[in-house]
Amino acid sequence: MFEYEVLAIKPLFAYGQAAGIRLAFLLASSIGLMAVDHKYDYLDGIRSSLAILIYPVQQMVAFPVSAGNWMGENLTSRDSLLKKIDSLESQNVFLKAQMQKYTSLEIENMRLRDLLDAAERTGEKVLAAELIAVDLDPFSHKVLINKGNRHNAFKGQPVLDAEGVFGQTVHVTPITSVIMLISDPSHALPVQIDRTGLRTIAAGTGAMDKLELLHIPNNADLKVGDTVSSSGLGGVFPQGYPVAEIISFESDPTQPYARVFATPKARLDRSREVLLVWREKTKIEEVPPAPQVSKKGNPKQEVSALAP
Amino acid sequence: MSENKAAQGTSVIILTFLLAMILTILPMPEWAGYIRPEWVGLVLVYWCMALPTRVNVGVGWVAGIIVDVLNGSLLGQHAMAYAVIAYVTVKLHKQIRIYPLWQQALSIFTLIALSQLLIAWIRGIVGDAPNSWLYWLPSLTSAVIWPWLYLLLRDVRRKFRVS
Repeated sequence: MFEYEVLAIKPLFAYGQAAGIRLAFLLASSIGLMAVDHKYDYLDGIRSSLAILIYPVQQMVAFPVSAGNWMGENLTSRDSLLKKIDSLESQNVFLKAQMQKYTSLEIENMRLRDLLDAAERTGEKVLAAELIAVDLDPFSHKVLINKGNRHNAFKGQPVLDAEGVFGQTVHVTPITSVIMLISDPSHALPVQIDRTGLRTIAAGTGAMDKLELLHIPNNADLKVGDTVSSSGLGGVFPQGYPVAEIISFESDPTQPYARVFATPKARLDRSREVLLVWREKTKIEEVPPAPQVSKKGNPKQEVSALAP
Repeated sequence: MSENKAAQGTSVIILTFLLAMILTILPMPEWAGYIRPEWVGLVLVYWCMALPTRVNVGVGWVAGIIVDVLNGSLLGQHAMAYAVIAYVTVKLHKQIRIYPLWQQALSIFTLIALSQLLIAWIRGIVGDAPNSWLYWLPSLTSAVIWPWLYLLLRDVRRKFRVS
């Protein structure tokens, strides 16, 4: 015990002026880190290697949930499994029947596009990924999935769930990726109203069930219940996937724009399985030249990804 | 003998930080996510107060970087905030040590609020400012949980003779 007391007293005068200098140095380096991390991709390597170090921690945290799922799958009765197979089979038949119609429509669409000399739509490849049950910062809507570089995921990759557009990847490490949901306050994606073709931007509000549609004129032809799909203009999200449904449309003549809110189709707070999407490369030379060539160079603005 | 003891102490400190990080990402219902105390910040303040020569700004900075990776936030924002509260705690550790527990909790409230203020500034600069008063709730819950955490960590420190 005596020895312990001596050890406890020792620190009194050992700590001197060095702390202030060290603090100044560390503050400067964190400011540098933040500036570089905010603007460039140089730090992705460091983040990846740290992410591999903390992967076991994340797995440990997610373990009760994954073990619970595993037990649930393995302990279901034969009866309920048979029922589930039945319902899945009937659902499968239904989806296949729908698919037949879709295939013929797609062929028709390609033929019509050929006639019009328009560029063909690009194909897409998907990979299923699962959410890892860990909580990230509650004020930015991000989730962690179990696919990364190793599965060819890349930064800024679109992610869908069964119902619609889910989000995009913002940090990719070899085995995991962080997805920013479309409801994150710093996320926005270019969309189109299905009924009228009106193009706009769906920005996250910070609430899981609300997106705001920006810059819509007061006299726009919009109705509550209209569906909104991705327009593919930003170059991140492929065209034509459902994004949201309009829930409120307030036009106030004293304001320059109407206030329009929509609720996301994707089940942002409930989906456990999501799809990573790869777009196959477009052939740019097939696109017919624009009728007016502007002198500014690239007229298409990248607006879809505002990731920090 | 004494070197052996020091090594043992280090593993105990690392373990408490690890547990704090696990509590930081433990899945919770959405409402509970808002009142989650700043576990890593609390553990850091405790060790800075108890062993200012061993745990100080450097440890705080490294812990902050790891929390940034865990949270998927901007690399360096927690590092900066934790380095600052570690510095303040080390400067004031002699006062804080002799306060009664409820006064310590008040100091904890101030320290955690300071770290949150720094993070809110940084997020504001990159255009991601928290848009709700709920953002400040963790400093309150951290202060509330402090007395229990303090007693627990003190017992841990005495049991494993971390010094």
